[in-house]
Amino acid sequence: MSELKNISSLDSLPLGEMSDRTEWVIGKNLIPILNQVLDPEIPVLTILDMGVVRSAIIKDDEVIVKITPTYSGCPAMDVIGEDIIIAFKNEGYNAKVELVLSPAWTTDWITEKGRRSLEGYGIAPPLDAIADKEVLLGGKKLVKCTNCGSTNTKLVSQFGSTACKALFKCSDCQEPFDYFKCL
Amino acid sequence: MKNNNLYKYILSITDNTLILGQRLGELCGHGPSLETDIACTNISLDMLGQARNYYQYAAKVKGGNTTEDDIAFLRKEHEYLNVLLVEQPNTDFGYIMARQFLFDVYHLFFLQELQKSKDQTLSAIANKAIKEVSYHYRFSSDWIKRLGDGTKESHQRTQNAVDDLWTYTDELFHQTETDKAMINDGIGVDTLKFKSEYYERANKVLEEATLEIPESRYFQKGGKQGMHTEHLGHLLSDLQYMQRAYPNMKW
Repeated sequence: MSELKNISSLDSLPLGEMSDRTEWVIGKNLIPILNQVLDPEIPVLTILDMGVVRSAIIKDDEVIVKITPTYSGCPAMDVIGEDIIIAFKNEGYNAKVELVLSPAWTTDWITEKGRRSLEGYGIAPPLDAIADKEVLLGGKKLVKCTNCGSTNTKLVSQFGSTACKALFKCSDCQEPFDYFKCL
Repeated sequence: MKNNNLYKYILSITDNTLILGQRLGELCGHGPSLETDIACTNISLDMLGQARNYYQYAAKVKGGNTTEDDIAFLRKEHEYLNVLLVEQPNTDFGYIMARQFLFDVYHLFFLQELQKSKDQTLSAIANKAIKEVSYHYRFSSDWIKRLGDGTKESHQRTQNAVDDLWTYTDELFHQTETDKAMINDGIGVDTLKFKSEYYERANKVLEEATLEIPESRYFQKGGKQGMHTEHLGHLLSDLQYMQRAYPNMKW
């Protein structure tokens, strides 16, 4: 994938504490195209919902998209990079994708729409960082079952089917489900 | 090479994550239970992802036609600069968790400091990796407590593992000439700054796990200079097989 770049002025922070210090630059006309690109492992989320697009601008007839990985080893990032290039090609653009590591992605950047899509898909959306700790370390029952809505749930494993998820089980309806961990 | 020290310094960091990532990857389909199997391979994936970020940077620093794959897969045994701790083989789960725990404690402190590096790329990678490593630490410290304070059998096995692996902890803080030069430049991490905190934190978890803190004064080192235990060669023959059998593959 593309080389690492540390940028300071083009960071896209839709939510979170740093949003007032930086600017999120995504060309308005590019948003519909970016919205066509889905997370390959959670295909109900667009990459904008996911908050992985830092910036997208047109420069010298080329679209430059900067994305930030969710987890360092997430295999979806390579696929997302390719899908972005294809989506733009279909609309007549040449696109270049760059990976940005800092500031690091956080689950706070998942949009409200993204959180609802996750839940509808059967993945409990991330709680805030303090509640997350209480759930994963303190065994508190705060994560809502995506099947029946009960919070009488328990952690089965801190690591789940992909790097970003933990495995839970509902003690009421007995269904296992994924929980998107705070990062 | 103009930046030889920086290049070697990056390798000394990333070889640790590559080799430990590979060790954990060996457990894929062989973990003691489904959940621990998935956890170990998830941790492995994080570490390989981090390694890839560092190797991409190392390739850029080295310049020419070098790629991340060349550096990761085509060096000889003595050119790997990882510490001896991470290359120790998987024996039982107690051993795997003790190895992970003793490295995770170090890794957290190390990344905390690396975030302050003058080198922007290293600082950015550390900034990303530290979030993942806090999950690793939670997992391994949790298991140390469960195994240590578990059955007689799990207690004994974990104690044996800690006693064995303790020998390799001092090397984490050994500083090579490259390390010293990088510390002087404000790029490298002065590991001696957190050495006592490392042992304090490790000891605290071991005590909670009802395990004895080893009293051994005998420590082994050499990995950072490319002198490895016999285990690394065997690991590399597995790790490098694909790249050597089918040259120019990309990971």
